[in-house]
Amino acid sequence: MHIPDGFIDGTTSAGAAVVAAGGLGASLRRAGEVLDERRVPLAGLVAAFVFAVQMLNFPVASGTSGHLLGGALAAVLVGPAVGAVCVSVVLAVQALLFADGGLSALGLNVLNMALLTAFGGYAVFVVVRHLLPRTSSSVVVASGVAAAVSVVISAMAFTAEYAIGGTGTAAVSTVAGAMVGVHMLIGIGEGVITGLVVGAVVATRPDLVWGARGLAFRSPATGSVAERVAA
Amino acid sequence: MRAVSRPVRLGFGAFIAGGLIVALALAFFVSPSASGEPDGLNKVAIDKGFADTENDHALDDAPTAGYEVRGVDDDRLSTGVAGVVGVTITFAVAGGVLLLVRRTRGATPTQGLPH
Repeated sequence: MHIPDGFIDGTTSAGAAVVAAGGLGASLRRAGEVLDERRVPLAGLVAAFVFAVQMLNFPVASGTSGHLLGGALAAVLVGPAVGAVCVSVVLAVQALLFADGGLSALGLNVLNMALLTAFGGYAVFVVVRHLLPRTSSSVVVASGVAAAVSVVISAMAFTAEYAIGGTGTAAVSTVAGAMVGVHMLIGIGEGVITGLVVGAVVATRPDLVWGARGLAFRSPATGSVAERVAA
Repeated sequence: MRAVSRPVRLGFGAFIAGGLIVALALAFFVSPSASGEPDGLNKVAIDKGFADTENDHALDDAPTAGYEVRGVDDDRLSTGVAGVVGVTITFAVAGGVLLLVRRTRGATPTQGLPH
């Protein structure tokens, strides 16, 4: 899903960079307000984990692979603002160190793969979670659904950018159908992986999962049941 | 209110350390086996005839460009080492950036961290 230089024209890329900078700036301000300093290592871990899992391309169809975007996963684990910052760092490291994702397209990529997946994915997560019983299983299921949808959102965002400033000659409707189709398949993988990871964290340290804050959990220190009310 | 009876097993430090070990292991041991097929966007670009609009990346000569470490001839090792470098740097940069914004912009009082 990393857009290289050239797919989208300079004007559109620059416009996306402005929007992405605004969104990232707002996310950083929000992160500064909500992130407990002692939880900073958790956010660093989420970013590092997303980097690692983005390297793991899995086959989805003949001659096609996909990898986790991780925005929805990060949002469920550390909240959408901190999550968006985490994935943005991943994208910057990939573009600057590994020549993955064009430099002129960094704004597009931050917009599509960090901001839209984290905030869009989290919005879906919140809706799905409220439709389900208040259990840890519901957090896992809602995470998976949100992750799957977030990939399609990201694919639709690319299609919109292609419609505005794509340098190719293929019709927008053709690109739209192909992008959404293949990313629905990739989204299934994203949903399964996200559900597995959130499930593992919920089973180990449910108190560290932002999206599980409304659940009661047992304190590791005292063994007593601590309860938090969802914000 | 529903209580989750599942016991919590790991301390915070152990959780972070364990998570990092998992991330490093995935990057080093698993990423060399990842699918090399084009991803969804690149496949669409090839099929719909706009793959050739891609320009060369300005940093294609970087020592770790393309997730390969220059000078490491073994492909699997090269990718694995690049992954370890990426995981480590990403952890440091994300942690550093967030610590900075927390210290400069933080408004709410620090809340207790579960042990």
